[in-house]
Amino acid sequence: MPINILMPALSPTMEKGNLAKWLKKEGDPVKAGDIIAEIETDKATMEVEAADEGVLAKIVVPEGTADVPVNQLIAVLAGEGEDVKAAAAGAKSAAAPAPATEALPKAASAPPPSPQPSPQRGEGVPPSSPQPAAVPAGAPSPGEGPRVDLRRMDGGRIFSSPLARRLAREAGIDIGRVQGTGPRGRVVARDIEAAKSGKGLRAPGAPAAAPAPAAAPIGARAPSDEKIRALFEPDSYEVVPHDNMRKIIAQRLTESKLTIPHFYLTIDCLIDRLLAAREEINATAPKDKDGKPAYKISVNDFVIKALALALQKVPEANVTWTESAMLKHKHSDVGVAVAIKGGLITPVVRKAEQKSLSAISNEMKDFAARARARKLAPHEYQGGSTAVSNLGMYGIKDFYAVINPPHATILSVGAGEARPVVRDGKIEAAQIMTVGLSTDHRAVDGALGAELLAAFRGYIENPVMMLV
Amino acid sequence: MAETAFDVLIIGSGPGGYVTAIRSAQLGFKTAIVERDYLGGICLNWGCIPTKALLRSAEIFHYFQHAKDYGLSADKVGYDAKAVVQRSRAVAKRLNDGVGFLMKKNKVQVIWGEASIDAPGKITVKPRDNAPKGALGPSSYQAKHIILATGARPRVLPGIEPDKKLIWTYFEAMVPEKIPKSLLVIGSGAIGIEFASFFRTLGSEVTVVEMLPQILPVEDAEIAALARKSFEKQGIKILTGAKVSAVEKKGDGTVTQIEDPKGQKQSIAAERVISAVGVTGNVEGLGLEKLRVKIDRGTIVIDGMCRTNVPGIYAIGDVAGPPMLAHKAEHEGVVCVEAIKGLHPHPMDKRLIPGCTYCSPQVASVGLTEAAAKEAGYEIRVGRFPFIGNGKAIALGEPEGLVKVVFDKKTGAMLGAHMVGAEVTELIQGYVVAMNLETTEEELMHTIFPHPTLSEMMKEAVLDAYGRVLNI
Repeated sequence: MPINILMPALSPTMEKGNLAKWLKKEGDPVKAGDIIAEIETDKATMEVEAADEGVLAKIVVPEGTADVPVNQLIAVLAGEGEDVKAAAAGAKSAAAPAPATEALPKAASAPPPSPQPSPQRGEGVPPSSPQPAAVPAGAPSPGEGPRVDLRRMDGGRIFSSPLARRLAREAGIDIGRVQGTGPRGRVVARDIEAAKSGKGLRAPGAPAAAPAPAAAPIGARAPSDEKIRALFEPDSYEVVPHDNMRKIIAQRLTESKLTIPHFYLTIDCLIDRLLAAREEINATAPKDKDGKPAYKISVNDFVIKALALALQKVPEANVTWTESAMLKHKHSDVGVAVAIKGGLITPVVRKAEQKSLSAISNEMKDFAARARARKLAPHEYQGGSTAVSNLGMYGIKDFYAVINPPHATILSVGAGEARPVVRDGKIEAAQIMTVGLSTDHRAVDGALGAELLAAFRGYIENPVMMLV
Repeated sequence: MAETAFDVLIIGSGPGGYVTAIRSAQLGFKTAIVERDYLGGICLNWGCIPTKALLRSAEIFHYFQHAKDYGLSADKVGYDAKAVVQRSRAVAKRLNDGVGFLMKKNKVQVIWGEASIDAPGKITVKPRDNAPKGALGPSSYQAKHIILATGARPRVLPGIEPDKKLIWTYFEAMVPEKIPKSLLVIGSGAIGIEFASFFRTLGSEVTVVEMLPQILPVEDAEIAALARKSFEKQGIKILTGAKVSAVEKKGDGTVTQIEDPKGQKQSIAAERVISAVGVTGNVEGLGLEKLRVKIDRGTIVIDGMCRTNVPGIYAIGDVAGPPMLAHKAEHEGVVCVEAIKGLHPHPMDKRLIPGCTYCSPQVASVGLTEAAAKEAGYEIRVGRFPFIGNGKAIALGEPEGLVKVVFDKKTGAMLGAHMVGAEVTELIQGYVVAMNLETTEEELMHTIFPHPTLSEMMKEAVLDAYGRVLNI
């Protein structure tokens, strides 16, 4: 009897993992206890030991496959004296019910142990990709085959134990985000205990989760993929599958616009003094022996610093909304949107109020370089209370960015350009930069937002004040 | 030629072993089971089942004696000890045959003899008598996975070595030639108490000696105290905190020296003594030492998936440690083979293993006792409901007993349930299901219990824990 090797659950909460590497080739003899493959989860890379002896007849899931569900057939072992070819042939039919997973895109190029880059605020848990939606015909009977998450088969009912529901309610955890480890994905008490420390918690609105109350209307409203495709001539377009970053951007910004009441403010800032100061600072930067200056401050670096100081001046605006309370932050952790190929990511300059312009500038250069290489660690792009999005380099005059939860505000920076201004009744030319502020009205009211923006303008127009 | 290589081979066909074999066969493994004495093991042949048959005879005898209470007359009520034992043996035989049938039906190969493991994957079976038809005999066998389900046997304490004539273990106590006039039972666990109850009902003068301060030491103290009161009312003498220092044989009787906690000595004469001081795992003669299978205090050390420290060798049931209960063995066996199959079962939660004692009144429990819950640091809510408040209990003429539940005050999780009284061994499963599904007090309160049943007390006890009891 050929032995099926299934995707193992390396932790109680694991639902899927990436098959990182096969350490045995087809045809290799395998002893019980031999390490045959390496599996990556969001948390770690682990080795898979063979439980049986035999010959590796067929590798069903090739290495590099991402998001292989637990209990999926990954290889077939021919037992002692068994026909390897026959065992391998048998594997094909067995593997058939789960083709969807093999078609999924490869894992992002993040280093194995760290989570895949989450462009906005990651949860440390990559959202699960869609699973095969229904049980294929002829699937094994319940309890004997791959675990099927019933939640996906039943219009959103979350199977959970009464105790789990009560514990979740008391801990303020949305049970729809909890990975169930009970029979067929039922959420049980131990899952809530695990979720309290962040284990097995899905990103809000992740596709694997049952529709959260807020996300439900989209599901109801959004036309199906087929309907959208039907609007276009076949072959008139190319289908580009979403990568993880695209999925997360879509989820998080949809979530943001649906749950956060956005409120917008605009202000013009005179930046002649800032530009002069910048020139002076950069001109006097010490140079190393190759003639390379120690720093080159950009306008955006000033913006980061000015926003950080403004938040200190108006601490009521340096907040995060939660259902039960306002989180009032002590430091100004400013996220900065960095456009990268295929999306964007928002590394966070921590305690920016305490950092010098040159420190901020150098940190941003490093962040931008590593963001482009998708090498940022989750702790570098999670959290923060505000963000800066700057499209000035494209000549954009003004715009309003979408708030990136858990932030309460985001500053949208337009181009600095010479514009006519009226001074003492005369029209003069001045360097003007328009900035927009989007606020989460639950946390930052209009007047408070205006106060923050005024404080920001104070620093930007008088950069010397940043030294105080 | 007979098959000698298997996917899974189980040593021991007790309730753990044979259930494991069936599940293994269901999962498509080529399965064999080795037995040296009786298909069905101790449970079916010398334990759970035949004692229940004996206790049933005693129970009916008791009803006859109290026929008047029910408006009936039954004069000249008596018993034939031989016939009582015979019935018990017939019940055991029937189930023993049943296991043979189940093995055949599930295509599990029975191998008859004494097994020892030569190396992982290889065992030798030596001859034993009374092989049933169709069983394979002594030979060498191979199996990818070997599951030890060899069970346990009565523990022997120095100075109380059973001679099987005057000093009995449960083997002899189960097949008495006559009912002794007087009987001393050493040990008040389930086995000791059940025999005490049986022999007392049939007229023996029974004394139970327990070393610990409480009879039925694993049970909730309140429940054990109620049971004790009831036993004493029936005329069972109970000595707790008492140590047996020696048992002397004198003619066709015994004299036992007993020392109480204060050092007071007394000697008790009894026709027969039953040593029921617990059981110990059957770990010997299996080749485990040579393979360096880890053993701790007489039982094999396993992980949550019943794996020993040696790959390919597993252990389940009594031989793999307490609680030594048939249903625990069965569940472990299922977990074990499902894990081998790669189905990723969850390890057994030992807190959810119920325990039943079939004395009169019966005792049944699951989960933490009140004391254990407090010790574990829980803030608790306790609910109680007495049999006297239940219509069905009164109608049955069984007004003595108590249902007690322990809840976690913070979460409403049920931590334990404890019962003493008529039929409670059949009731406890309701709470076991509830706990397994992680219900809270709320769901139990919203569950409709049929009237009139004893089970209504289960709901009332929950209501009582939350100050909402109705019928008391």
